[in-house]
Amino acid sequence: MGKLLKWIGSDSAVVSLAAILLGLVCGAIIMLAGGYNPVAAYIALFQKVFGSRYDFGETIREITPLIFTGLSVAFAFRTGLFNIGAEGQFLIGMTGATFIGVKLSGLPWIVHAPLAVIVGAVAGGLWGAIAGWLKASRGVNEVITTIMLNWIALFFSNYITSAFLLQPGQQRSYMIRDSASMSIPWLAEAFGNARLHWGTPVALLGAAVFYVILWRTKLGYELRAVGHNPHAAQYAGMNVNRRIIAAMFAAGIFAGLAGVFEVLGVFHYQTVMAGSPGYGFDGIAVALLGMNNPLGVVLGAALFGGLTYGSAGMSFGADVPPEIIRIVIGSVIFFVATQGIVRYVLLPFYRRRGKEVAKA
Amino acid sequence: VSYLNQFADLINITLVFATALLFGALGGIVSERSGVTNIAIEGLMTVGAFASAVATYYMEQADMPGPAPWVGLVAAAALGMAFAWIHAVASITFKADQVISGIVINFLAAGFTVYLVKLLFQGAGQTETLNAVFTKWAIPGLSAIPFFGRAVFTAYPTTYIAMILVFVVYYVLFRTPFGLRLRSVGEHPSAAATAGIRVLRVRYIAVLLSGALAGLGGATITLTTTSNFSHNSISGQGFIALAAVIFGKWNPLGALGATLFFGFAQALNNWIQLFSWSRSIPQEFIFMLPYVLTILVLAGAVGKARMPSALGEPYDPGKR
Repeated sequence: MGKLLKWIGSDSAVVSLAAILLGLVCGAIIMLAGGYNPVAAYIALFQKVFGSRYDFGETIREITPLIFTGLSVAFAFRTGLFNIGAEGQFLIGMTGATFIGVKLSGLPWIVHAPLAVIVGAVAGGLWGAIAGWLKASRGVNEVITTIMLNWIALFFSNYITSAFLLQPGQQRSYMIRDSASMSIPWLAEAFGNARLHWGTPVALLGAAVFYVILWRTKLGYELRAVGHNPHAAQYAGMNVNRRIIAAMFAAGIFAGLAGVFEVLGVFHYQTVMAGSPGYGFDGIAVALLGMNNPLGVVLGAALFGGLTYGSAGMSFGADVPPEIIRIVIGSVIFFVATQGIVRYVLLPFYRRRGKEVAKA
Repeated sequence: VSYLNQFADLINITLVFATALLFGALGGIVSERSGVTNIAIEGLMTVGAFASAVATYYMEQADMPGPAPWVGLVAAAALGMAFAWIHAVASITFKADQVISGIVINFLAAGFTVYLVKLLFQGAGQTETLNAVFTKWAIPGLSAIPFFGRAVFTAYPTTYIAMILVFVVYYVLFRTPFGLRLRSVGEHPSAAATAGIRVLRVRYIAVLLSGALAGLGGATITLTTTSNFSHNSISGQGFIALAAVIFGKWNPLGALGATLFFGFAQALNNWIQLFSWSRSIPQEFIFMLPYVLTILVLAGAVGKARMPSALGEPYDPGKR
């Protein structure tokens, strides 16, 4: 049984890698068709990510929220729920943190900053729980409700920002107080003032917590059981509805934390947004690529964060519009989702391997 | 009389906003009635808006401004179908999760269109402003009727097309053999297959049609509202169209009502800004309205909605 699981694991890792390669190839073909040099573009991307300490630090900054939103989507997936709402939970978490960061004053860092983090996380969690509650009590599909809640979150966040937190004459909130900042100044200095913050270690810790909760606790067992077969879980005496709400609450906390640290660690203010920043949607891609497993999510976030940050280098270095990277990421998800195509492409390799095995 | 005229203008703006949503919603209905979830409407509208802007622009350059917007419409439907085909291949042939496939289309559409705009327009973030866009048609005779002439019978040609399409889609879905087949593969694909219906083929046709319709919706925005294409031309209208599908209970006539309502909310938002008292109302709450209503409808607070039974399930002939 263990061996079988290992085989499946390695097989899906192969499919993931093949999907990434095919995605990059798709991007290269489109660049060629547009008259660009894909090799120069990918080299420029690589150089942008690893070129300097500052850029490497900023890449880590870009990766961090993707780990959180990836964990958010993956956690819900494990309970059989499709959380498209990470985007909205991100925004609500962000707004909660900004509110505490701006409105409270005179508190020591050790109280203020953690309080802002917790309020933001819980706000994101509750936003997620709305979709969970609608599913559990009214049977409404979470895909549609989370899409709608994303837009509601966008407008609601803008309302809170512009009605209560707005710095006069600006399209953004007041700066948060220094006592709520989650930046790490000494580390930022070591990375050429890249905006590094406590969110990164917390995100990695979050991946560990993800694993412990789902595979080492009774609650996690029940969550996964609901994900595999809600009817069986119900029959076994589990309270499926409460588990659904719990899973969406947890997913919302993860996504909320992504927004929390964007404010407390990176920007220190919140703008009135015309559209969503997109970390939640990228989280879906990250979770898919990471096969909903915490280590996979961290790796997937590193890939997507690296590609996204490096794409700026493509436009400077090789004059390629950075939007090409959206096409690459889209293609990668496409190939992960339609594993049939990838397996078809890989078929010749599998055949050869089969023959070698047969010979031996 | 001036109040009456203002109210007529309000209705007129409502029709402009509702038209794009209506195309998108009709696309969503056709696809979802066949059992294929289509959260790709947003992306399909994006490629439609892009294709119409580019086609119209090149027609202008070729000194043919007359047929330009019509060519734009055709191009939008065609590119919408091309992207819908990707959705169909992934979710019907390869049985990928339809929601994921839809997200992929939205991703690809956002990247592809802006990439091409930058390629075609020397690095600019949006297309050139178009001159040969649609102008409003006053229907002879009817447009002379007081109030209604100003409100309803002086509209963009796309509005008339969309209104006609509502009844065409309704008729096809509920009064023709093809419509019956389309609905049956969305309700119970195995039973439909037993009755000799080629489930996959019907679903393919439905998804391609939805791409064409959503593409027209995107073109409507370019050719009647924005007069160019940029990355935020659509900005969520596809999701409002999706909301209208649900609010309209997967019925074209219901969707017509829903899109008129959402269009009215948008128009009202623009309209009340003409008055100084409106500044005290946070407009964010008006923006939220379509989304909040959708959730209320789904939660059963505003009438009960029943979605097609097989919605979201890939058809697998080997499965019981």
